[in-house]
Amino acid sequence: MAVGLPHYLTVAAILFTLGIFGIFLNRKNVIIMLMSIELMLLAVSINFVAFSVFLNDLVGQAFAMFVLTVAAAEAAIGLAILVVYFRNRGTIRVEDINMMKG
Amino acid sequence: MIVQAILFYIFAAIAVASGVLVVSARNPVHSVLFLILAFFSAAGLFVLIGAEFLAMILVIVYVGAVAVLFLFVVMMLDIDFAELRSGFVRYLPIGTAIGVVLLAELIVVVFGRVVIPGGPSPSVPSATGGSALTNTRALGDILYTRYLFAFQVAGLILLVAMVGAIVLTLRRRVDVRRQSIPAQLARTRAQSVDVVKVPVGSGSN
Repeated sequence: MAVGLPHYLTVAAILFTLGIFGIFLNRKNVIIMLMSIELMLLAVSINFVAFSVFLNDLVGQAFAMFVLTVAAAEAAIGLAILVVYFRNRGTIRVEDINMMKG
Repeated sequence: MIVQAILFYIFAAIAVASGVLVVSARNPVHSVLFLILAFFSAAGLFVLIGAEFLAMILVIVYVGAVAVLFLFVVMMLDIDFAELRSGFVRYLPIGTAIGVVLLAELIVVVFGRVVIPGGPSPSVPSATGGSALTNTRALGDILYTRYLFAFQVAGLILLVAMVGAIVLTLRRRVDVRRQSIPAQLARTRAQSVDVVKVPVGSGSN
């Protein structure tokens, strides 16, 4: 059988769900939560590229590139904040991150 | 065509399996390595669909930079990861419930309706927007013309992220003696050299 748009969308949906599942599952580990966010952004990029190809429109691929850019920037900033936090407090437990009482 | 379908299912299966292992691996280093594997199989899917440029960007940017950054941070921080996993079983039921509901919704949306309602439905899907150019060339053609402003803004975002990460992680340690070039350059001869007239035969102390 030929691989069509629904196949790609299904793979992206499964990856996105795994990202959300990972955030719920690893409630204490910020690093795994950041990785889950990366997984979700990857699923979004797969959706963009699949629609771009099957709708014959290149804009989706251009937008997927911007998604990748923002994801890279987000990972860099997030990990920098994590390193600074660990240096100051000696832990990265999510429950302990409550200094601002938000 | 059948080869393409087989490759699609292989890459999709590897991507999904490594996604599962990213969120459930016991060791965060293994999580990062499975994340790299997921990115590689997604790049394979992109190549399969014809989006070669994005596939290469994915391998270079994600595997080459972001995943290695994750690996550095996981290895740099001295954390008791076993202790961080203590709530794993407690959150498993609600996480599974939400995941199953969301996945069911998404799959119903994908298969339950016409995905392209009345839109341009090309007989032959193409990754180049219908032009005869290669994928990379076609992407560059729209990226440097219609989306030039967005492209520049993306570069600016990366610059801000780089400066922000450096500023956040830079620290001045007071217990380390460092070379101060301005102080060295500001020295004058009077501060540094002391000419002593020593009488012959008396010596200097």
